[in-house]
Amino acid sequence: MFRSLLFIPGNNPSMIQNADIFMADGIIFDLEDSVDISEKDNARNLIYNYLTDGTTHPSLVVLRINPVDSDFFEKDLKLINCNKIDYILLPKTEIKSLMKLEDRLQKIEEACGLKALKIIALVESAKSIIEIDEIAKHNRVEAILLGAEDLCNDLEISRSNQGQEILFARSKVIYACASNNIISIDTPNTNINDEKLLEEDCLIAKNLGMKAKTSIHPSQLDIINNIFSPSIEEIDWAKKVIELKNINKGKGAFSLNGKMIDKPLILKAEKIIEKAKKYKLI
Amino acid sequence: MKVGTAGSKESNDCFITVKESNDTKIIIESIVAAFFYDQIKATIEETLKELEVSNVIVVVEDKGALDYTIKSRLISAIKRMR
Repeated sequence: MFRSLLFIPGNNPSMIQNADIFMADGIIFDLEDSVDISEKDNARNLIYNYLTDGTTHPSLVVLRINPVDSDFFEKDLKLINCNKIDYILLPKTEIKSLMKLEDRLQKIEEACGLKALKIIALVESAKSIIEIDEIAKHNRVEAILLGAEDLCNDLEISRSNQGQEILFARSKVIYACASNNIISIDTPNTNINDEKLLEEDCLIAKNLGMKAKTSIHPSQLDIINNIFSPSIEEIDWAKKVIELKNINKGKGAFSLNGKMIDKPLILKAEKIIEKAKKYKLI
Repeated sequence: MKVGTAGSKESNDCFITVKESNDTKIIIESIVAAFFYDQIKATIEETLKELEVSNVIVVVEDKGALDYTIKSRLISAIKRMR
């Protein structure tokens, strides 16, 4: 469970050395788009030595590797030997690339005696959105991240502040994730200086059903964490529901402030309490 | 003469140049040399030993890099030199 993931360029020592103090629930160490082709080896070395040097690290480590059809894919995968990576973020995920990663992971894990790594699927093409139900069912996939910039390039359209152009894709990610009990992660907002816009963007995503959001700058984390956490009002409501549930044992339904509470709302309350505990809000 | 370089001169990073030579020599220029010269030198020596590399001149232009950054840049520079 997480609300926020922060992208850190894989060849940036200043950001990497602070990775464990940023307010993100997890850090995505990026070997792909934020690293120049001439610096891929440097980035790989830096992340590997950072993760194996024995200092403190983020509680959740994600590695964005290069695409399966790139020259860097095999070398990037060697980093899993450090045994400090929780998730592989697979760019341009489609069924074909997911199967290739699955095949390589199986072989490496078997050869090196490693635990089975989980995957966050980055869907950023029209084809990936069409294949999303199958991607979401894959047993290693624990979350799906929407990559709106590449998706819009693929569709030859521009991004807008309101995001109408990605409503279909956002909805596909949300429904595929919810129906497979995995985490839906919203695309990052690239306007790092506009807090109001970020707040509106987060609210749109959250109200549609996204469970987390990526950030490209640490300054975005406070807003993201705040919006993707249960509010004080939600936590108070959930506490009352759980309290009444315990008082009304054996009853399928009861009322709170004149409104009927039954199984779906009890489950909702339990999820809110679980999140509030996880994010240390209670 | 084979030469390899890696890193940058940005804050918290270092720029390392490795050159083939007849013997091993380490040259360190660091903004924190007064406090960390010995530690930087030890990191370079340990990494060279780990990689079984000798007969190189290593020039470190350090801007406050941590040990793992220095080690990473040195490994990249040596691989690039080869």
